[in-house]
Formats: sequence, C-alpha cells, structure tokens
Amino acid sequence: MNVEELQQIAAAVEGERAQYEYEVNVCMGTSCLAQHSDRIREAIEKEAAGCGKKCRARRTGCMGPCAAGPMVLVEPAGIRYGHVLETDAKEIAESLGRKPVARLDPQLGSYFEGQHFRVLENVGHIDPENVEEYIARGGYEALVKALTEMTPAQVIEQIAKSGLRGRGGGGYPTGLKWDTVAKVKGAQKYVICNGDEGDPGAFMDRSVLESDPQRVIEGMAIAAYAIGATKGYIYVRAEYPLAVQRLTVAIQQARRRGFLGNGICETTFSFDVDIRLGAGAFVCGEETALIASIEGKRGTPRPRPPYPAVSGLWGAPTLINNVETFANVAPVIRKGGEWFASMGTARSKGTKVFALTGKIERTGLVEVPMGMTLRQIIFGIGGGVPDGHKFKAVQTGGPSGGCLPEEHLDLSISYDALITAGSMMGSGGMIVMDDTSCMVSVARFFMEFCMTESCGKCVPCRAGTVQMYELLTKICQGEATRRDLEKLEELCEVVGATSLCGLGQTAPNPVLSTLRYFRHEYLAHIDEKRCPAGVCEIGDARRLAHDAARTEVHA
Amino acid sequence: MSDTKTLATVWLDGCSGCHMSLLDMDERLIELSSQFTLVYSPLVDQKVFPEHVDVTLVEGAVASEDDLKKVRKIRDHTGVLVSLGDCALTGNVSAMRNRFGPEPVLLRVYPDGQKAPSTGVPALLDRVRPVHEVVPVDVFVPGCPPSADTIYQVLTELLAGRVPTLEGVAHFG
Amino acid sequence: MSAEANIRTLTIDEVDISARADETILEAAREHNIDIPTLCHLEGLSEVGACRLCLVEVKGARRLLPACVTRVEEGMEVTTHSAKIDRYRQMVLELFFAERNHVCSVCVANGHCELQSLALRLGMTHVELPYQYPQLPVDASHPRFTVDHNRCVLCTRCVRVCGEVEGANTWGVMGRGAQSLVITDLKEPWGESETCTSCGKCVQVCPTGALFEKNRAGTKTAKHPEFLPYLRIMREGEQR
Ligand SMILES: Cc1cc2nc3c(=O)[nH]c(=O)nc-3n(C[C@H](O)[C@H](O)[C@H](O)COP(=O)(O)O)c2cc1C
Ligand code: SF4
Ligand code: FES
Repeated sequence: MNVEELQQIAAAVEGERAQYEYEVNVCMGTSCLAQHSDRIREAIEKEAAGCGKKCRARRTGCMGPCAAGPMVLVEPAGIRYGHVLETDAKEIAESLGRKPVARLDPQLGSYFEGQHFRVLENVGHIDPENVEEYIARGGYEALVKALTEMTPAQVIEQIAKSGLRGRGGGGYPTGLKWDTVAKVKGAQKYVICNGDEGDPGAFMDRSVLESDPQRVIEGMAIAAYAIGATKGYIYVRAEYPLAVQRLTVAIQQARRRGFLGNGICETTFSFDVDIRLGAGAFVCGEETALIASIEGKRGTPRPRPPYPAVSGLWGAPTLINNVETFANVAPVIRKGGEWFASMGTARSKGTKVFALTGKIERTGLVEVPMGMTLRQIIFGIGGGVPDGHKFKAVQTGGPSGGCLPEEHLDLSISYDALITAGSMMGSGGMIVMDDTSCMVSVARFFMEFCMTESCGKCVPCRAGTVQMYELLTKICQGEATRRDLEKLEELCEVVGATSLCGLGQTAPNPVLSTLRYFRHEYLAHIDEKRCPAGVCEIGDARRLAHDAARTEVHA
Repeated sequence: MSDTKTLATVWLDGCSGCHMSLLDMDERLIELSSQFTLVYSPLVDQKVFPEHVDVTLVEGAVASEDDLKKVRKIRDHTGVLVSLGDCALTGNVSAMRNRFGPEPVLLRVYPDGQKAPSTGVPALLDRVRPVHEVVPVDVFVPGCPPSADTIYQVLTELLAGRVPTLEGVAHFG
Repeated sequence: MSAEANIRTLTIDEVDISARADETILEAAREHNIDIPTLCHLEGLSEVGACRLCLVEVKGARRLLPACVTRVEEGMEVTTHSAKIDRYRQMVLELFFAERNHVCSVCVANGHCELQSLALRLGMTHVELPYQYPQLPVDASHPRFTVDHNRCVLCTRCVRVCGEVEGANTWGVMGRGAQSLVITDLKEPWGESETCTSCGKCVQVCPTGALFEKNRAGTKTAKHPEFLPYLRIMREGEQR
C-alpha cells in the first residue's frame, strides 16, 4: 500500500458515492441500534427506491445526541432527524430533495455549537465496517507517511510536540511515554489499547470503537512503528459486543488491505493486533491489572515501578494507551504536532470527548476543545437542566473524580484546572446533577461502586471502602455523629495515601470534593437529621427523637 | 482531701477472668488498698454506684440493655474510665454471636419451644459492642485477661496521676 | 560491571548505609537492624506489596512507597517512622482487625500470630472502626489441616508458596473486594483437592491462625517459615 493506492481507493469510494443523489446516514450506535435503527435503515432504502430516488441509506457510528435517537442524517442537505421510527421511513424518503419533515426535527438547539470534531471527525460520515470509507476520509495516510517518510524518532517528536496527553484519566504526556518505551531495550515489545472503560456513565471509548475502529488500529500501528513493537492487543470489555464485532471486522479488513501483518506498506515493518475480552471489572482498566488479565491471570494491579514501559506484558516493554489517545494519533502525524497543539490550553491540547449525562436536556457524546468552560458544555451544548430545576453540581472523572458546584461553572476544562478544583478529567464521564440530588448520596453511590469493584488485594481499599461506605450510609440514614464525620475524613486520608493502585488512591475523591463544596449537606444530615434535597429517607421517628432531645437540652 | 482515690470495678458481659487477674496481684493488692478505696465492685457489697468515682475498671462487653444503662451511668459518674480486657475492648468472645444475632443464641439455650424469659432479665442487644463504641473510654488495657502485672502497672500509673500507656506492653488474646 | 558499580549508598532514618543495587529498601533496612513492619512479605517468596504496612517516606517521591518492593537508589533518603506513617499503619492495622473475626483469645495461633504481634508492636490497643463480623466458613475437610477464613488477612503467602515453591498451585484467590477468599483448586473442599500434596508449606507460612495443623495446641502451633530462604538458596545452587 502506498499513497497512490490510497488515492485510488478514495476515488473509487467517491465514484460510488457520486452515483447517488442523496445519502441517508442512519446511526448504528448501541443506543440507536437498540431502538432498531437497522430496520429503519432498510425501510428508508426500500422506500427511497420505491419512489425512484437515487439514494443510499448507510450505516454509521454514533452521531452524538443519543437521547434524541434513533438519529438520521440526510446528506448533502445536512438535515438531522431524531426519534425516528420505522414508520417514518416513507415520509423521509419522499421528502428527499424537498422540504424536510418538520415533525422529526430532533430539536438539538445549540448542541453542535462549539463542538469540534477531531476524534469524532468521521462519525456519522462513514460506515464503521468499511475500511475503504475510512481511507476516503484520509484514513491510513498517516501510517503510510510515518512508515515511508519518517523515522520512529520523528514520529515520537511530532507526538511530543502535539502536547497530546493520555485520555485514559491520568493525562500522562503521550510523547514522553512513547519515548520511554522506545528507549527501553527489548527484542519483543507490545502495544496495548485500553478499551476497558469502566467508569459509570462513560461511553466515549465504546463510541469511538463502534464508529471508527480503523482510526484506533491506525493509531496503534503508528505507535508500534515508533516504539519498535510487532504485536498489539486491544482490551475491550465483553459488555461491548458491538464494539468487539466492529473491531473484529476492522482488523480483518485492515489485514486484507495490508495495514496489519508482515511488511506493511512495502516496508520491513510488521505489526498485528488481537482482541482480548475483559470480563467487566473496573479494576482491569488499571494498566498492570489489565496486563495480568491479558496474561490469563487474575486481574489485580501490582506495585509500580516497574512501569509497563519497562516491564509490561510477559515482562516485555509495553506501551499502553487509551482508545481516545490512539484515536488522536493519525491526525497528528497527518497534519503535524503544531497543528494539534494550536487548539487547547497551555498544558492541555486538542479536544476531549465527553459523555454528557444526568440531569441534562441533551444527553450525548460531545467533543469540545480543551479550555471550553463547563458552563458552555452544560448550558450551551447540553441545553442546561430540564424541567425548571436548578443546576447543583457536575461530576467528572467517574469514581476517581469529584463534584464541582455552580461557582466552578466558568472553569476552563483542562487536566490541571480540574485537579486544582478537586476533581479530575478522568476518561470523560460528565454527569450533571440538579437540586433533586443529595450530595451525600452521590458520594455514597461512588463509594459503593469502588467498594464492589475493589480487587481485594490491598487492605486499605478492600476494607477501607467498606468502612467509608458504611459511614456514608449512616450519614444518609441520619444516624451519624460529628465523630463519624471525623472518622470518615481520616479514612479518606489514609485510604488515599496507602492504597496500592489508583482505584483505592482515588476512591475518597468523591467524598472529599462533596465535603469541600457541600459540607453543609453532610452537616444537615448529621446535626439536623434532615436531607436538604429530600432524597434520604430519614425516618420521622429519628427526627422527632432528635428534636425532642434538643428541646430537653434547651429546657 | 485524703490521698486515697476511689476505685470501682464493674463486670458487664465477660467471664470474670479480668477480675480474677485483678485478684492475682496478690500481696500488691494490700499495697494498693492503702491508696485506693474500693467503693463499688462485684467483689464488695455495695448496690448503688456512687456519685463520683475516680477510677472505674470495666470488664466485659456491652451485650444487654442493662449493660448499656450501667455503662452510661458509670461514665457519668467516673473520672477515669478504664476498659479492662479484650471483651471490653473488642467484644471478644461475647461478640462472636454478632455474626448471627441474638435469636439463634436464645434458641440454642431454650430449644424445643421453650420460652426465653422476658421479664426479670435484661433484653439482649442486637449487637454486642465494645465499651468505647458506647461511651468514651480513657484507658485501654488489652489482654484476655490482662496480666496482674499489667493491671498493677495501670493502677500505679493512675495513682501517680499519669495516663498509662500500654502500647507495646499488653496484647490482645 | 564492577562490584562497586552495583553498590548504592543511601540513608534510612538518617543512617548512612550501602546496599546492593538489586536490594529493596526493606532488605537494606533489615540488614542494618532498622525495623519496618511487614505482613504480606516473607523472605523466600515473591513480593506483592499488598498489606501496605511497610510504606515508607522517600524524599522526593509523591507518594509513600512500599519498602518490600521498592529498590534502593543512589542518594535515596528514606524515613521509616514518622507521626504520619505511624498513624497510617495503625489505621491499616485497624482495618485488618475490623474486617474479619480476629478473636485472639480463642485462636489456635494466639501467641504465635503476626497480626497479633503487629498490634503490640505498633501500639494498637483497640480498634475504633466498627467490626464487620462477616459470616465466613471454616473448611476442615483436609485430614491434617484446616482453613479458617475468619482469620485470613489475604496476604496470599499460601498462594505464593504453593505456586512458587511447591509448584502445586492448589491455592488461589476468588471473588473481589471484601468478598475475596483464598480457595483450594476451583473452590473444592481442601480435603478433596486433587492437586494438594499435603506438604504443609502453606500452613507454615500463614501469618495468622487461618491455616493450621489439626490436633495441635499451645506452643506447638508456632509456625516455621524459616525453611524458605534456605530452600530457595539450595535450589538456585542446583540450577547453576
Ligand atoms: C482503577 C483504574 C481504572 C482505570 N480504567 C481505565 C479505563 O477504563 N480505560 C483507560 O484507558 N484507562 C484506565 N485507567 C488508566 C490506565 O491505568 C492507564 O493509565 C491508561 O490506560 C494509560 O493510557 P493513556 O496514557 O492513554 O491515558 C484506569 C486506572 C485505574 C487506576
Ligand atoms: S487499591 Fe483496591 S483495586 Fe487497587 S490493588 Fe488495592 S484493593 Fe486492588
Ligand atoms: S510487606 Fe510490603 S506491602 Fe506488605
């Protein structure tokens, strides 16, 4: 494969497209597919043919605004339809080239305003099971360029220059990581793509894998070239069957087209990728646990150092990056590190994909430039809090993150700003809460998650999360004292400082951040036996007893 | 004010082993008796807990309504409250029933449809608890039972007006 | 590489010491009689860094580091005891005591238990965290040994000795979080295990009364894991 061949393939795809006057793209993301978007697509194709329109109905990946699904995008007019039913097919087909079907307007308002698609640039435009369509949009140009025009060191230099940081949560500089693995000596090296995505409410990586799997494979191949690896693994949780299926197809197609295998693009570079299925343990997203899991062992973390870069899979130097990190690689190589770095803040470059959920008008997948404010995302793109309720907090970073209150809405998204504010970027979950959410209950929810997902290896996390969960339960039930609160804070400190891996180390974060910004809610539960949001059912008996005791003291 | 301090000892849900260990101090008891007045104890005939006691040694865990009432009252009327022995400290053997609750215990003692008495004896708590979970405790003396030497050390330190530290001296079990 | 190149100099608790480059902070400290508490570590077995009692401060490190797995480095400044570390260790120990049913007074290992003596050494006189009282099984199906999960601290020494030294791989861990359990084979009763060689190594390395030999009481319940380093040296000699 070389540049000319890529261009030929692209031309063929374009030629095929030119035969049609209209293109109806139907979302085949998990959410829309669950509402039978596949049947909708067939119906539209049939109806369009029936009324003599030169139209093809295509399958694409997740278009973003999942809550308005099943989503349909009509090209070239760029009309979007939402909540489409099979029975709407006829009307859609007939409207092609005419006035759009007004009643199917998804009412997305300013959903796309300010969004900037880099990682998701192909989403909605290509069939994820068709490598040629990926190529037609510039796919694999970067790999060919890297292999034929650049040395591994030059590849790493561009990645470093781009300022790309790991999208799996920690935000470690990707260029630095690649450089480290490249410099470690080893006959065999590995590249691993972390698609475990275990945060509650997060679905960014799933979406990327389902919508544009070739992009991830290309990123991995470039990485493999840069660090000198010949073998890669994509670790995906088995709960993502669609992602697994699309990846399987993508890998086969990439092999057939010679982007994987021996002597890639007529060079001496060889690289192949296999899929490994995870069983859905959150901790298996932690890199050392993930590696153990691939090795066929129990998925528990081990102390670092040695880091995987030095001793990873089967003891070999291993590069492990997140799905979205790899998805950012090809454009950097195509357009250069400087192009990538032109967007974002001083130390957080490019875009970030967020899964926007919770008490928000427009749930969905969004991609925004780093540096955008929380307010722009939540109130602009997301359309704010529905049903006349008041915004209370936004949770980012999943069980390792924190809740930020209204006064932080103007915070510009970046790795460092979020940490300073007591939360973190995490992998991109963003859950909006309104005045009906009790912040103690929220903290308790995340603690329960950590408690059940703890691998059980080290005691602070295994036993400490249980103790913290019980204290939070006690507070929610109106049974706790100030002494319990002190104990909770002490446990937060000790579990955070002494746990073996990131799971335990960050498990106290949701408690700490809610204590920082919503301490009054904790105190209302403790001192007044009252849940300000009215979520916790503190028995009347308990409150009466409390009030009676108070009167006694005052009498 | 006289030099002697008042001392009380109580016995909640325990086996009396800690009290035996206390008696094990042998002749040192005589030495201590010149500086302590024993004002309330299972070992003396005094029915009412005094208005103020300088030091109270509590043996046993809190297992019944009565234990709970007693220990709260003691706390209110005691200067230095000493948790004596593993039952008071950890719940120990008394708390082994916490894994299944009081019902199976009663069924074991009163099998075949016999009725457990409901009057005249205090009701069992759902959970046996260490003393410090119920009232604040000033000194913790581990051991099952703590040795006579340990108890002697605790009492002489208290007499000297110091808070005894048993860290590194006495262990559980 | 010359011998000197393999030597690192560092300070532990402000004492200047030198150690081989492949040594851990724990090994270096113990050679110089500096006390660092441990529970999951056992000489002769691989390290897992799970009990977190050996955490020490290393100047310049963002976090506390487990001494049992952290290699010495040139110029390292290690602190093994401070008010903060001691407080953390106490609470970690409390978490151990509270999570299962460690009733020392009625334990076969009373007086020979590493958990019990750690409490003594670290000055833990009582546990403030509420005890969990889980309902855990006791498996006495093996003719010679018993496993009492109520006393297990999940140090995985049994798992390691069985796999790494005996090579039987009978022991493993199932479940996660607080539900974790050491098991024999695929959770078959120990007595029915087809892989167990009844060598008893697991019993000897178990730090508590979780694994014990039947029909023994009092001083006879003391464990003897000393054979391990010896065995290891002998075997390495053989391989050469
Ligand atoms: C408990 C835990 C869970 C994690 N889960 C994920 C995950 O689901 N996906 C992911 O990419 N990284 C996850 N990570 C981070 C990985 O350990 C690792 O840092 C990351 O994959 C590195 O990739 P990056 O540099 O591209 O971010 C997790 C870390 C911890 C401690
Ligand atoms: S912190 Fe939790 S998840 Fe991580 S090793 Fe320890 S027990 Fe396992
Ligand atoms: S001895 Fe180091 S963590 Fe247990």
